[in-house]
Amino acid sequence: MILAFLILIPICGGVLAWTMESRHPGTARWIALAVLLGNLGLTALLVPARFDVVSAVGPFLISLELAWMPALGIHFHLALDGLNLVLVFLTHFLGLTALAAAWTEIEHKIGFFYFNLLWVLAGIMGVFLALDLFLFYFFWEMMLIPMFFLISVFGHANRTYASIKFFLFTQISGLLMLLAILGLYFIHGRLTGRYTFNYLELLGTPLSDVSGMLLMLGFLMAFAVKLPAVPLHTWLPDAHTEAPTAGSIILAGLLLKTGAYGIMRFVVPLFPKAAAAAAPFAMFLAVIAILYGALLALSQTDFKRLVAYTSVSHMGFVMLAIFAWNQLALQGALIQIICHGLSTGALFFLAGALQERLHTRELGRMGGLWAAAPRLSGMALFFALASLGLPGLGNFIAEFTILLGVYQVSKPLAVLSALGLISAAVYSLWIIQAAFHGPPQPKLVLADLSGRESAALLAMLAALVFLGLYPQPVFTAAEPALTHLTRTAATQKITEAVPAPPGENPHASP
Amino acid sequence: MHRPDFIALAPLLILALSAAAVMLAIALRRNHLSAMGLSLTGLGAALTALPLMARYTPRTVTPLLIMDHFALFYTGLILAATAVVIVLSYDYFSQKDDLPEEAYLLLLLAALGAVILVCARHVAALFLGLEILSVSLYALIAYTRDRNISIEAGIKYLVLAAVSAAFLLFGAALIYAHTGALDFQQLGALLKAEPSGRPALILLAGLGFLVVAVGFKLALTPFHMWTPDIYQGAPAPVTAFVATVSKGAMAALLVRLFTPTDLPHWPALYLFFTAMAAASMAAGNLLALLQTNVKRLLAYSSIAHMGYLLAALLFSGQKAAVVMTFYLTVYVVSILGCFGIIAILSSKERDADTCQDLQGLFFRRPLLTGVFTTMLLSLAGIPLTAGFIGKFYVVSAGVENAHWFLVIILVVFSGVGLFYYLRVIIAMFSPSLDEGLVPSPALPALSAPVVLTLTFLSTLVLWLGVWPSWFLATLEKMLG
Repeated sequence: MILAFLILIPICGGVLAWTMESRHPGTARWIALAVLLGNLGLTALLVPARFDVVSAVGPFLISLELAWMPALGIHFHLALDGLNLVLVFLTHFLGLTALAAAWTEIEHKIGFFYFNLLWVLAGIMGVFLALDLFLFYFFWEMMLIPMFFLISVFGHANRTYASIKFFLFTQISGLLMLLAILGLYFIHGRLTGRYTFNYLELLGTPLSDVSGMLLMLGFLMAFAVKLPAVPLHTWLPDAHTEAPTAGSIILAGLLLKTGAYGIMRFVVPLFPKAAAAAAPFAMFLAVIAILYGALLALSQTDFKRLVAYTSVSHMGFVMLAIFAWNQLALQGALIQIICHGLSTGALFFLAGALQERLHTRELGRMGGLWAAAPRLSGMALFFALASLGLPGLGNFIAEFTILLGVYQVSKPLAVLSALGLISAAVYSLWIIQAAFHGPPQPKLVLADLSGRESAALLAMLAALVFLGLYPQPVFTAAEPALTHLTRTAATQKITEAVPAPPGENPHASP
Repeated sequence: MHRPDFIALAPLLILALSAAAVMLAIALRRNHLSAMGLSLTGLGAALTALPLMARYTPRTVTPLLIMDHFALFYTGLILAATAVVIVLSYDYFSQKDDLPEEAYLLLLLAALGAVILVCARHVAALFLGLEILSVSLYALIAYTRDRNISIEAGIKYLVLAAVSAAFLLFGAALIYAHTGALDFQQLGALLKAEPSGRPALILLAGLGFLVVAVGFKLALTPFHMWTPDIYQGAPAPVTAFVATVSKGAMAALLVRLFTPTDLPHWPALYLFFTAMAAASMAAGNLLALLQTNVKRLLAYSSIAHMGYLLAALLFSGQKAAVVMTFYLTVYVVSILGCFGIIAILSSKERDADTCQDLQGLFFRRPLLTGVFTTMLLSLAGIPLTAGFIGKFYVVSAGVENAHWFLVIILVVFSGVGLFYYLRVIIAMFSPSLDEGLVPSPALPALSAPVVLTLTFLSTLVLWLGVWPSWFLATLEKMLG
């Protein structure tokens, strides 16, 4: 039941925050804080002593299955393994960071803001935990609406355009995924006589080449938009730039990660053959995303937009790694997911802090801030260095592991993607140069980081250093889950190689 | 006629009696509250008669009407929707000083016509129901006589409904000339027996005319032109009635007429339906993008929704009744909520139907905005709301039967459709442009029945969106 509580508590907390705020102003943020801390405590309870105890259905530490719409084969099925445990931790961590960023930034409609914040976190948690495809789709859509409101109500000048663009991109691609889910459901149902949305049962559904490829593309479309993969990335710079700071942190740190998680958990294990066929193309697109994102980042003058484009580049590494599909690359992808969430989240946090103080995001109107706000600038330097992949920090481990893994699969792509690291160094240092060094703006009064801001950033800093020096806990936690995923995909490829004659024996189990 | 026949007919009889009672009450003494109270009592009595009547179903009462589970469910839906419309009308009409009482009389009569439609098993009953419904609607649509736009809408509806009735009659005559039957059951059997390759031209023409008439009533493209004008011109509660009861009864009739005929058996008809469904989804959603008036926007969105509904009919064969009924119920609830909010916000002079009226509503009326947002999201088919389950059900029926063309059209255009729902939602959550300059009009306090109704509707939308299995199981049991 703990898994259901992880989702239910933020949902109820959101409603509570909204209703309480109108009666007692100022309570909403404390409610949100209490909810997130309580949830974090609950998650900590779930950390087991050993991760490598594998049950019959997979390496799940705990799972929950309740009948929801049994007539249609829909269950409220949540499960936790090492992979999504790490992601749930990340969700809470960044949720708390977003809360810290919003604490003073949001001044109007506070109750509604925290309602949306908690609901989007609940939706993301649901996406990470759901093992029923209907439920997964349900949460996938559920996290969009609050995010849409966060951008369209609390965003900056061009928020209407950005929020609608974000919503249309994600919703239409989501509908394609729904079609693919239904296609899989009916194919599985016809073959086995059991109509179910249960992920574990749908694994290993024998598919013809064409239908497997079409269904895989349906799923991949939704995840590639979220990730985002070039050329489906155009919603991202607008959404990131116009969202309030907390929204940007959640978008970059968590929402993009749901796309990566979806490819890992669903696309490749459900359709290993089609995914293998599409892998060269997908990896090629990923390399393009790495280089193109970095190139575009170089030409931005808006702080948040620049960071947004670096996300395109960094998430390209994740997509590259996932389609390389070996243990090393997947471990690297997971570390990259966490570290990118932390470092980019921190950069958006800083961009928000600067905007709150200077009322601009234009790098051209900054400059020389170091003298006025040394703590803020120091932090910015640290996270810029993390983002460029400085050895000793988590991002370095991630990118290094990914390149090692990809090198085994394709040497040219590994070499090309390594070029992305160089441009990362250029744009990261350029941010520092443009914003914090150089001649100071005249008459600049700038408050340095407050205690709350410093605490949030220090926590992220500590996490990045820790992951950079000792990433083993994450490897250990995720290892059984990732092994299970790769093994399922591999065994399934073998069963697919001996195609069952379709339709001949509809009641045979696959 | 025996006693069970009368019991089976009880809802119709009660409706007719209460219409007469309201008329007499108005003749004796005009009183808005008592007219409303009498009508609601009548509807309540008819609703309570439903469980009684259930014991005698299915039962053919006279050659014209059949009281089966299908009729039972739709009668319930129509009665409940009419009750909601009446509650909304009370506050809406009480702001206006002149003679609101007859509206209830007309609403009851229109509901009676709709109930006859869903119970019809014979073309004569179909025509009877349709005319009772239409004639009441002519007057209802033009009920706010001081508004030119309402009068115009009323006359438009009169002309078009009369033309479509003529189509219906002519179609029925042609079919009768060929088959010699007017009974739906006999007709279905005869149509099934007809050689599928080359059906007689006269029969095909007759069916074509019939479909045109139905298409007019449901506002399927290319017979949709009247909808936006009528939606905009009619008083908001009446628009709600047209959108829900009138269209719902017609859609139910469509199910009754065409489920037994085995549509794929008739390639010409099948193709025509497919084209109408696709065109409605496309035209409805695309034209809605251009609207700035919320009532017109909802009119175009209703065209798209009728397209989805027709697609459901084509998708699901024998299961069509269940899928369509679920979708229709969800649609009725959501649309009632939308027009309910518009009715509440309307002033004496005009309806609050422009985006400016809604601009910044969140800051004045957060709860109403919440309800409206929920209803719009339900129409858009977003999870947690009933609309999502409805659309999911339709799409899954389409995927199951591999109707890829219509499924893709549905998915693409409902994606397009999101855009205009979101625009309305964003308008409500954005601060007014003229905030501080012009004091925003004081909104009337909500009366308890209206609050109760809106709470009921939004609870229903969320409940069906999160926990639909009970309702689905009931539908399967009743109609499956």
